[in-house]
Amino acid sequence: MAGVGKTADIGWRKARRRRNIGADPASQGTRTMHNLTPLSGLFGGALIGLAASMLMLLTGRLAGVSGIAGGLLSSGSDKAFSGKALSDKTWRIAFITGLIAAALIVPLFGGPSAARPASANLVLFAIAGLLVGFGSRMGNGCTSGHGVCGFARLSARSIIATIVFMGVAVATVAIVRHGFGG
Amino acid sequence: MPLVLASFACGLVFGIGLLISGMTEPQKVLGFLDIFGAWDATLAFVMAGAVAVASAGFALARRSRAPLLASSFSWPSRSDIDAPLVIGSALFGIGWGLAGICPGPALVNLAGLSAPIIVFVIAMALGMFGYELWQRRSVATRPPPGAAIATRSDG
Repeated sequence: MAGVGKTADIGWRKARRRRNIGADPASQGTRTMHNLTPLSGLFGGALIGLAASMLMLLTGRLAGVSGIAGGLLSSGSDKAFSGKALSDKTWRIAFITGLIAAALIVPLFGGPSAARPASANLVLFAIAGLLVGFGSRMGNGCTSGHGVCGFARLSARSIIATIVFMGVAVATVAIVRHGFGG
Repeated sequence: MPLVLASFACGLVFGIGLLISGMTEPQKVLGFLDIFGAWDATLAFVMAGAVAVASAGFALARRSRAPLLASSFSWPSRSDIDAPLVIGSALFGIGWGLAGICPGPALVNLAGLSAPIIVFVIAMALGMFGYELWQRRSVATRPPPGAAIATRSDG
């Protein structure tokens, strides 16, 4: 058993080196296999900050992904005038298309491709998705809107929101992985 | 048209940043949230890089009269700490902790066409739409006097 684990680990490390970061070919059983990657983290983070800056400087919009996506789903009765409502949807769709396109382009240059988590427990992903969608709209933001843009604006609302969702997420992982309080 | 292209370019750079930073990998995000396990601090570096650059960009925006392609900046206007902010963020935190996926990486990962991500994104859209419906109904049943159009988003 230990031997199998070892080969899998070596294979994973090779794959990781080849693809630079992140990719875990089989996310099952990789619990202890993540390493700190501070440089790619800082660089990738800087690009996220650059994108948020560009969106504000060019279009005047805040780069909060839940807000951008949520705006697509709200029929927006307050702006029913079709022309304006349509252009409001269009920039949102364009931004989301850009997000998806990134995962098609980056692998062509040897970077990481989209994650494909093991589909062992689809119900878990469904519950998680519902909570993420509902919660981010109720709380008016997610990791990008509150976590990145909110901190950059030094918004008290966003800083509180980020502390709450980080704390709750840490507690959730602790309960799921280590069974605290269970 | 320039607005659409600019939005696409921003989404593209944002997505490239998420991929390079490793934050599209749920296991890496969960590694950060797992402070009682083999802790992976990468997400903190991502946040630091993103906040540093965005702070500079936003400072520049504050000094400009208007964005290049629109008539005005839409800065979030609210500063109150209310129950929906805290409860919503807590619900979001549970979902984020369960799957290690938040909205940005979920959409980037759609390109991989894997079943868990597709299920997650559909559920996320339902959750967002569900909140819209719920809010619309509660607004309809008791109209708030005066406070007609509360601004929507921080992000």
